[in-house]
Amino acid sequence: MEIVVCIKQVPDTATVRFDREKGTIIREGVQSIINPSDLHALEAGLSLRDELGGKVTVITMGPPQAESALRDALSLGADEAILLSDRAFAAADTLATTYTLLKAIQKIGLPDLILCGTHAIDGDTAQVGPGLAARLGWPSITQVAGLEILDTGTRFLVKRLIEQGYEMVEVELPALLTCHKSLNRPRVPSLKAKMRARKADIPVWGHEDLGADSGKIGIKGSPTWVDSTFVPAFEAKREMLEGSPDEQVDALIVRLKESGLL
Amino acid sequence: MCGSCEDICLPGAIVKEREKGPAPTDIDAYSGIWVVCEAPDGIIPAWAKELLSKAHDLAAKAGEELTAVVLGHSLGEVPKDLAAFGADRVLVVDEPSLKGFHDDIYANVLAYMARKELPSVILAASTPMGRAYIPRVATMLETGLTADCMDLDISTEDKTLLQTRPTFGGNLIATITCRKHRPQMATVRPHVFKPREPDQAARVSVINFSVPEELLASRAKVIETHVEPLEGPDITEADVVVTVGRGIGNKETLEQAMELAELLGAAVGATRPITDEGWLPDRAQIGQTGVTISPKLYIGLGVSGAVHHTVGIRGSEIIVAVNKDPEAPIFEMATYGIVGDLHEILPVLIDRIRKERAGK
Ligand SMILES: Cc1cc2nc3c(=O)[nH]c(=O)nc-3n(C[C@H](O)[C@H](O)[C@H](O)COP(=O)(O)OP(=O)(O)OC[C@H]3O[C@@H](n4cnc5c(N)ncnc54)[C@H](O)[C@@H]3O)c2cc1C
Ligand SMILES: Nc1ncnc2c1ncn2[C@@H]1O[C@H](COP(=O)(O)O)[C@@H](O)[C@H]1O
Repeated sequence: MEIVVCIKQVPDTATVRFDREKGTIIREGVQSIINPSDLHALEAGLSLRDELGGKVTVITMGPPQAESALRDALSLGADEAILLSDRAFAAADTLATTYTLLKAIQKIGLPDLILCGTHAIDGDTAQVGPGLAARLGWPSITQVAGLEILDTGTRFLVKRLIEQGYEMVEVELPALLTCHKSLNRPRVPSLKAKMRARKADIPVWGHEDLGADSGKIGIKGSPTWVDSTFVPAFEAKREMLEGSPDEQVDALIVRLKESGLL
Repeated sequence: MCGSCEDICLPGAIVKEREKGPAPTDIDAYSGIWVVCEAPDGIIPAWAKELLSKAHDLAAKAGEELTAVVLGHSLGEVPKDLAAFGADRVLVVDEPSLKGFHDDIYANVLAYMARKELPSVILAASTPMGRAYIPRVATMLETGLTADCMDLDISTEDKTLLQTRPTFGGNLIATITCRKHRPQMATVRPHVFKPREPDQAARVSVINFSVPEELLASRAKVIETHVEPLEGPDITEADVVVTVGRGIGNKETLEQAMELAELLGAAVGATRPITDEGWLPDRAQIGQTGVTISPKLYIGLGVSGAVHHTVGIRGSEIIVAVNKDPEAPIFEMATYGIVGDLHEILPVLIDRIRKERAGK
């Protein structure tokens, strides 16, 4: 089975700190990681390949340093990795991103299965997976939390999360699935694979390599704009309760009683 | 575009010039505001009324017609009921193949309708379902889509939809627009808007829309649907919500917070780090990627007050915050703030409330 896994490198929210005055991210010390749910997509791809044979190709569109995310994916067992990097790809919204990923996948050769994470923790749009599937005219099933192979791999039975529970869906390949963190437990890299990953050759494709229409990529291909940003205003009483813990709690109790909440 | 990479990218990597956007669509050909409501089981969800109510105000402001679009099966009289919430007309696709949720069929139908009717704005709910198929529609229509908005406005000048959501860039909220493309599309978070008083006298035309058979097929097939009812008090409906943040520190303090919640008959909520760690279930998460709450009393314990969290608590009547950092942003929106260490405050608070309860 030919499988493409789409991953994104994101700042690790656990290490992100904010500059309160300026309202921006403090860049120093922020580590980059593979987007958490993408690790579950990768694990799903690797275990399907282990069972059915074939190949797992990992792709990412990002700045040059996103290469390290691909090396991490190789050290987990991916067969090939391709970096889509070009200044012309910068500031892409999800429409431009899915177009770029589509062009790359067409160049690789259409696989049987495409796996994405449910959402990227930075922008949190959850739009890239379904958008990419629409470009291919393939079915997409989001929030996949369980997967069973049917008919030696031409069909899957998947469990997908919905608002109040889940649905069981039978899907004929080719298809695109977005993988939820409850789908599996990502493996740890083996030492041998780590060594191999360090030396692996990772091709970098730019917009010309993809034969991409320059009006459809990066900022030019992005219909949405950040018009303005603002600090939210909120009307609040803002009364600070001073004193010892006992005094603070007493003051709170009095006020809650006044409001009829106790 | 979330703008997040702007801080991270090398200087000069991003040049923000509106002129550089993609080839625009013919904006004047598009008009009207749509609210899309998917009803695979023939039931109109509660958020449809809220979203229609908000869209009614937007439509009035911009002088646009408001259309409710209902996709589903066995819809019966339900589409008519939407009139009471401000729709000028209702477009219905009632098809057996819309029973059970198939992302591609729903997307095909909505994209087909939008191509025929050319609405200027399409609003949908950012439920798991909406977030699964609306991105397909936006891609098929080659237009922009803003995910999970917390607020909406419309400019009277050029009818640009102003779509508001928090950004990754810290304690900031961003307004996102799609000025040169139509339709302007957004998924909107359930429960951020209040439904208006239903106007039972309102009458509207319900139009059955037919779509070509070939759009109603999929390689995916829903075999069964499981509904799992939630246990415990529903956090979106509770009068009191005790919310734990990373400042809770350890499981013992978490136990104390649970005890406090029980004493108050409160639901327990959490910030994302807490649910990510698996200390509390995902559905306890409050904020942009969790639920929106509007209790009478919110008590935040060791919560810093990041915008991603606070957008979910703005509807609270009284906000109490306990945090050891006097500079924590949560204090800016707190009705009552206590600067202190939870390990000292919580035991006293539990003790005093227990006494109050016993005294009554
Ligand atoms: C796209 C995106 C979506 C997100 N969505 C959400 C969301 O829906 N909901 C959400 O909550 N977050 C969300 N986040 C994360 C959000 O940005 C913050 O990181 C998170 O809300 C912070 O949680 P916290 O307040 O518990 O932790 P922290 O920010 O680490 O704050 C802990 C606080 O506890 C205080 N503290 C520490 N020890 C003590 C003590 N002993 N006594 C008293 N106080 C103490 C500290 O002073 C600090 O203020 C999202 C992030 C992104 C990027
Ligand atoms: N730049 C990218 N390169 C490769 N895959 C991506 C990229 N952005 C998003 N994805 C994939 O799409 C999923 C959803 O991302 P998003 O729509 O940004 O929330 C991620 O989990 C990835 O699998």
